[in-house]
Amino acid sequence: MTERNEAGVWQEVPSPFCGIASDDLTISVNDQQVTVIENGDPITVKGFETPITDTVPRVDGQETSLANAVQRIAELMRDSQQTVISGLGTDLNGARSAMALADKGRATVDHMNSTGAFRNFLVLQDTGWMNTTLAEVKNRVDLLLVVGSDIESAYPRFYERMVWPQETLFSQDIESRDVIYLGKAPSGDASTSPKGKKAQVIPCDDADLPEVMSVLRALIAGRTLQADQIGGIAISVLSDLAEKLKAAKYSVVTWSAAMLDFDHAEATVQTLCEMVKDLNVETRSSGLPLGGKEGDTTVNQVAAWQSGYPMRSNFNRGYPDYDPYLSDSLRMLADDEVDTLIWVSSFDIDRTPPKTDTTTVVLGRSGMTFGQEPAVFIPVGTPGIDHAGRAFRTDSVVSIPLRQLRDSGLPSTFEVLSAVEQAL
Amino acid sequence: MLMKLTGGRIVDPAHGVNDEVRDIYVNNGRIVKAPSDGKIDQEINLRGKVVMAGAIDMHTHIGGGKVNIARTMLPEDHAADVVARTELMRSGCGHAAPSTLTAGYRYAEMGYTAGFEPAILPINARQAHMEMHDTPIIDKGGYVMLGSDDYLLRMMAANDDQESINNYVAWTITHSQAIGVKVVNPGGINAFKFNQRKLDLDEKNSFYGVTPREILLRLSRAVKELGIPHPLHVHGCNLGVPGNMNTTLDTITGIDGLPMHMTHIQFHSYGTEGDFKFSSGAAEIAEAINSNKNITVDVGQILFGQTVTASGDSMMQHAAHSHAHPNKWVTMDIECDAGCGVLPFKYKDQSYVNALQWMIGLETFLLVEDPWRIFLTTDHPNGAPFTSYPHLIKLLMDKSFRNDVLSELHPEAQKASRLASIDREYSLYEIAIMTRAGAAKLVGLADRGHLGVGGAADITVYTDDDDREKMFSKPDYVFKDGKMVVENGDLIDVTWGTTHVVKPEYDNSIEKELKGYFDKYLTMKMGNFKISDDEIVDDGRGSLTIQPLHKGGRI
Repeated sequence: MTERNEAGVWQEVPSPFCGIASDDLTISVNDQQVTVIENGDPITVKGFETPITDTVPRVDGQETSLANAVQRIAELMRDSQQTVISGLGTDLNGARSAMALADKGRATVDHMNSTGAFRNFLVLQDTGWMNTTLAEVKNRVDLLLVVGSDIESAYPRFYERMVWPQETLFSQDIESRDVIYLGKAPSGDASTSPKGKKAQVIPCDDADLPEVMSVLRALIAGRTLQADQIGGIAISVLSDLAEKLKAAKYSVVTWSAAMLDFDHAEATVQTLCEMVKDLNVETRSSGLPLGGKEGDTTVNQVAAWQSGYPMRSNFNRGYPDYDPYLSDSLRMLADDEVDTLIWVSSFDIDRTPPKTDTTTVVLGRSGMTFGQEPAVFIPVGTPGIDHAGRAFRTDSVVSIPLRQLRDSGLPSTFEVLSAVEQAL
Repeated sequence: MLMKLTGGRIVDPAHGVNDEVRDIYVNNGRIVKAPSDGKIDQEINLRGKVVMAGAIDMHTHIGGGKVNIARTMLPEDHAADVVARTELMRSGCGHAAPSTLTAGYRYAEMGYTAGFEPAILPINARQAHMEMHDTPIIDKGGYVMLGSDDYLLRMMAANDDQESINNYVAWTITHSQAIGVKVVNPGGINAFKFNQRKLDLDEKNSFYGVTPREILLRLSRAVKELGIPHPLHVHGCNLGVPGNMNTTLDTITGIDGLPMHMTHIQFHSYGTEGDFKFSSGAAEIAEAINSNKNITVDVGQILFGQTVTASGDSMMQHAAHSHAHPNKWVTMDIECDAGCGVLPFKYKDQSYVNALQWMIGLETFLLVEDPWRIFLTTDHPNGAPFTSYPHLIKLLMDKSFRNDVLSELHPEAQKASRLASIDREYSLYEIAIMTRAGAAKLVGLADRGHLGVGGAADITVYTDDDDREKMFSKPDYVFKDGKMVVENGDLIDVTWGTTHVVKPEYDNSIEKELKGYFDKYLTMKMGNFKISDDEIVDDGRGSLTIQPLHKGGRI
């Protein structure tokens, strides 16, 4: 458990920032300054060490009390025809309070990472998948196929923690593990084995990935092809890959939906997931979608159990009206369908609201700066630093308890949104 | 405030009270003696009404990862049953995979005051509790799943002693905040990860060399020796496979007389006779239950229509995936701990197999003689959504209704079943045993499921009606911990129930080895795995109720 020793050093601290919930961090806290001493990475270090600047809420740029700021948000919502609550970079109870407020205030809910997340949800809701979780990867993977994603840039410790452990449950020789990239090449060496075995890279452009994945699936299904290359890749190379996947005992196919940033990438995710199902006719293979940043998994989970749907429901008619297209908050803002935007972003000061003329309320991490001052800004605490909480990691299975590491006095998103709901 | 419930017809099998007119007094959420001075603050006239304890669903998938996968993947199912917000209630959705809020409201409106999630993966227990925390009114709790976790299988492969296994079981139940232990396809979920596609009772896991029979014996012994009141909760081998009745009979007789609860037994009672190579094994299974007093079962009745099956049994769900309706499905391997599979499913009354499944479930209800050892479930939502319970009660209590429904089903299935010839009709008293007194005893709830002094004032009041479906759909009143939450079938107040757990004792020295295991092989620290009592209390509306262990168990 996260615990503090006498010197003000915390052990076994979980990271709500890294998506894979690394919980082996050692962290020191001196007054308000947090320092990652052990097991940090660029994303986690930034997450923990971003200093506190402002602590006072502002309305129209003027400092005011929290109570006044809350009243102002409630007024805006009362006068609103269509509120959107988005961003939603928050933890379990922040998500609960956002859902309760959306329900009462007839708002639409969305998350800052929904564009990527829905590339997966649309597949889940259409055909499903066979997926796995991180500890299974750690102990079982013999072939890791990375599709269209430079995962180490977003998940710096994924390889160290999940692919190159010192020991596994089934006495597998770690060096026997193969890593193959299809699409983007890795930006660093995290995918290189401890003894220096490099990942195989089968490069292609994002624009060619839909075709390349379709061909790979076809080869695995035993279809014969007329073409001898696709997207600049020789069919023989893809045939080799297909044979390796069929020969593997526990292959894992991973992708970051956020990095599959092209039109209708959900169709490519679907091809990938169906390919994994095909492989399971004879052997074992699993998908592993990587996400879990800025509370996206947490918020989608809470929304699903409280409303039946992930993000992108509109409560305007008094019940959850789910539509992945119509309730896309970015589309709604662009089409001028929103009069009040409530943006929650308690993890990362750089995840500011989208540029819009719509009246904007921000519950943001202290230190956040704006090109255009929002109508209301409330600096809120960061879960796992300023207040306790819980957060899900990428696989939607494991959640971690977050501890309060310092006493900053910053309110939690839960406290603020619950107060707004009361005031409504 | 002292409340008197006057003149109801009390049906309280825990005290052998069968339809006797009595008064009940309630104070501070508890049932109390009549005040010596006769002073009361409020009186509610229940003359002529049927009064039972609040009903307890001892097996219902209401929270946790697979349930939430089911919710997320079924927008089209919710669309037909979206639930609007009211002054009192949050919005949500109902039917097969209801939102937590709607599930709580609807259970209460049906007179249920507790529900138990039967498949809590240790590594996913935190989520199950989050969801149950957001389930209003009813009490909740759950059974933690073991038997396909690599830690237990390693211990068994190393032939560790029973004491070590007991410690591990007690440690897991304590830190996942559970009230019982469940095993799903013993060892089979693990075997599926090694590409085994079936695992019979005496078939070895290809890596560990351990068999399902050994797992069942080890775990049921642990549960008994720890004094955990709820017997090992078993989802057996070969779910859904024609001919699995033989495995089930073997499982019943092979448990050395240890207490064992076999869940959704209907799905495990299939023979291979007839033109369709699919027949009812209900008579043989019921006979085995009748003669083995250590066995309890719940039925997992199927009812016709669209639903979704959500199970920890990744192996058998994968094997069944071609039956998914609509055609989408999920399986997951989970964290060297367990797995899950989610398949939408439509039971059709003109399908031979589905019709016979319906008959097998009802045959089982009617042929098992002791209502204290059989429980009313649809394995929500796997056989049908829990909202169909009043319909199921009518099928059990009303032979002519049952036979009318039967006569409309697949004709060949009718010929293959003896259901039409069974005359038994359940009495109100027997229904109260199955859904109250027996369920509380089985789960290990000392203070629920009865109307005796000292019990929690979870009380449901019905208007007697020959149409039992109507009667059980809309209670006149439901009291939860003494507070009226339902009046004339409608919710009038929203409260938050408690979470029932047991805390068996264990030798803390096992944490040394467990910590090393977590550090080396898992992806979270042992300390962060543990769910604290504070997490159950959460924002203040949750609470923890520690139920007593059986004598012989160490407290």
